[in-house]
Amino acid sequence: MQIFTRRRTAVSAVAAGFAALSFTVAACSSGSSAPAASGGTAGSGSSASQQAGTAGLTVPTANLPVLQSVGKGEGQLNLIAWEGYLDPSWVKPFEQQTGCTINAKYAGSSDEMVSLMKNGGGGQYDMVSSSGDADLRILYAGDAHPVNMSLIPAAKDFFPAFQAPSFNTVNGVHYGVSLQWGPNVLMYNTKDFTTAPTTWSVLYNSKYKGQITVPDNPIQIADAALYLEKTKASLGITDPYELTQPQFQAAVALLAGQKPLIKKYWALASEEISDFQNGNVIVGAGWPYQVSTLKAAKFPIGSTVPAEGATGWADTWMLAAKAPHPNCAYMWMQYISTPQVQAKQAVTYGETPDNAKACPYMDKLQAGSCAEYHANAPASYLASISLWKTPLATCDNGQTNCVPYADWVTAWNTQVK
Amino acid sequence: MTSTAGTRPKEQGHNQVIRNGWLLRLSTALWRRPWARASLLLTPPLAWFLLVYVASLVVLLVTAFWTVNPFTSNIEQTWTLSNFQAIFTTPAYLSDIAQTVGMAAAVTVTDAVIAFPFAYFMARVAAPRTRTALFVAILLPLWASYLAKVYSWVLIFTNHGFLDWVVGGLGLGHPQLIYTNVAVYAVFCYLWLPFMIIPVYAALERVPSSLIEASQDLGGRTWRTTRSVLLPLVLPGIVAGSIFTFSLTLGDYITPLLIGGTSANFIGNIIYTNIGIANNVPFAAAMAVVPIVIMGIYLTIARALGAFEAL
Repeated sequence: MQIFTRRRTAVSAVAAGFAALSFTVAACSSGSSAPAASGGTAGSGSSASQQAGTAGLTVPTANLPVLQSVGKGEGQLNLIAWEGYLDPSWVKPFEQQTGCTINAKYAGSSDEMVSLMKNGGGGQYDMVSSSGDADLRILYAGDAHPVNMSLIPAAKDFFPAFQAPSFNTVNGVHYGVSLQWGPNVLMYNTKDFTTAPTTWSVLYNSKYKGQITVPDNPIQIADAALYLEKTKASLGITDPYELTQPQFQAAVALLAGQKPLIKKYWALASEEISDFQNGNVIVGAGWPYQVSTLKAAKFPIGSTVPAEGATGWADTWMLAAKAPHPNCAYMWMQYISTPQVQAKQAVTYGETPDNAKACPYMDKLQAGSCAEYHANAPASYLASISLWKTPLATCDNGQTNCVPYADWVTAWNTQVK
Repeated sequence: MTSTAGTRPKEQGHNQVIRNGWLLRLSTALWRRPWARASLLLTPPLAWFLLVYVASLVVLLVTAFWTVNPFTSNIEQTWTLSNFQAIFTTPAYLSDIAQTVGMAAAVTVTDAVIAFPFAYFMARVAAPRTRTALFVAILLPLWASYLAKVYSWVLIFTNHGFLDWVVGGLGLGHPQLIYTNVAVYAVFCYLWLPFMIIPVYAALERVPSSLIEASQDLGGRTWRTTRSVLLPLVLPGIVAGSIFTFSLTLGDYITPLLIGGTSANFIGNIIYTNIGIANNVPFAAAMAVVPIVIMGIYLTIARALGAFEAL
């Protein structure tokens, strides 16, 4: 019996030893790398009342001195970007011209961009191509740096709406250079939809149960609100980003009812592309980037801005507060604002350039693309798109009964998903 | 080379004498004082353990009581229980936690059921060559990239994928398993199986054949011998394996992210979205306390079952 007990001890010791070893292995492997997903925070709803719009807020970095002249490049440029925004066709020429090597970090959502800028301490990255819903959060957090627009001559040719837009310019101080804008479109497999859908209602239709995909992003609540604005007038929604509590709850309820129909909340554009290709989904909400990528792969994909209009984005290359390579960053801002590069990005990605002189260059790259992406008539087109902005507790009419963004995130994670 | 060759042995010898004298004195001093020897040996690993493991856990626990500004996402160092309150009063989080524990339990039970006969065959039936081959087969996946393994399961489960091709080819319909929790469960069972097989194998190998023969001599049939002799002796191995299948499932977020669908909300995913995406580190820290507490309860139960008696 004595021998036996000792044996059992050995068994356990071996088992425990291996277990400890295997734990290390597993810890290493799961720590390797993971694709970015969207989603967001939660549990901060209780402190949401602290956020009373931007009225009492100041930008901590507003008085930092701006660069007066662009010096010699530092050889490197660290950029956080949307997928498709750093295409070799315009990154390569820039690197050759300036000697600034671009190190790209791709983010899948606005929340992730805010998070990356903060965790980089504003000193790890130089710039971020964030959208209007993230810009104010980044600059009020003190993670953005004022920009001297006189060093970026091409920005003078921007359409008036993007000269000093409120989402990246506060009290006349610019924190980045406007880039491009575009709609979130309804995508569909043309083999399954022989007649093109003209309304967002297909995404709420149980006929397509298990074949729908939408972004994993709290700002999706605005898409539901936009749909309700046009289909349920009794709610009185006027701006999908400024929702009172009942309007907000109606939008959240619509999305909660949509969840059983969803196959996958996509986090990365590449996920949505492969899901369409594999036939996992046949209809969904996405960006023109996915459409142009699928078209390039000869996939039968169609896209439309439905009758209800669409949400959209207006992106800015924001300068980080402690950008380690400011000269290269200014060279990038100068380069990316020129009509030729604006046209290249607009045609490749499928969006609308901010530079009014880009139109002829677009047509040169792809005949008819200027009209296709409405680069010649943005004022009228712009009206049909509700551009992303950070939902604030203070509505535009000065009342403080709007639902702030923190509650959007909480609702997305606990009521929708 | 030749010019220095003559002087070198002399120098070396000189150094050796000094070093030997120095070392000798040190080793004598250490031999005389066992406590000094012990503290000298233990200080580096202990300092590492305290700094890296314990300190980071303490920081994590402290952070859980802070909060973030919802607008700028800056951390505000004011003490509050609101994170824990949010976890325990939000039905969605409670059901996510329950779903995670259920998944971990299901994966653990499945792996134990698969591992036992497999390990038995390896330990007591297979010839040495077969045993080596089986060992390699079990360990080989551990050398491959986690992501490559998970993505290969995406290819198996996806529409028109391998599974669809086989089952459809047999005329048994078209299983749509991609982006479901069933798929997540299958992949977890596959991923953590080696962590169960090896400890169970180690436990089975140490059971003396004489005990099984004795049981048979006393009239115990296969089932009775397994239940009354084998299982109690192998239980520590099963529990050791279960600790890992359970805790690894409890913390994983990549598989649910890639294989899971709309209801793949597990504890790891909540933590991941709060840190990587939303930068709400305090809430993530509070959420991270949940699996720590669950594992604490799990280990207590395992101990009560006598799993650590022999340790």
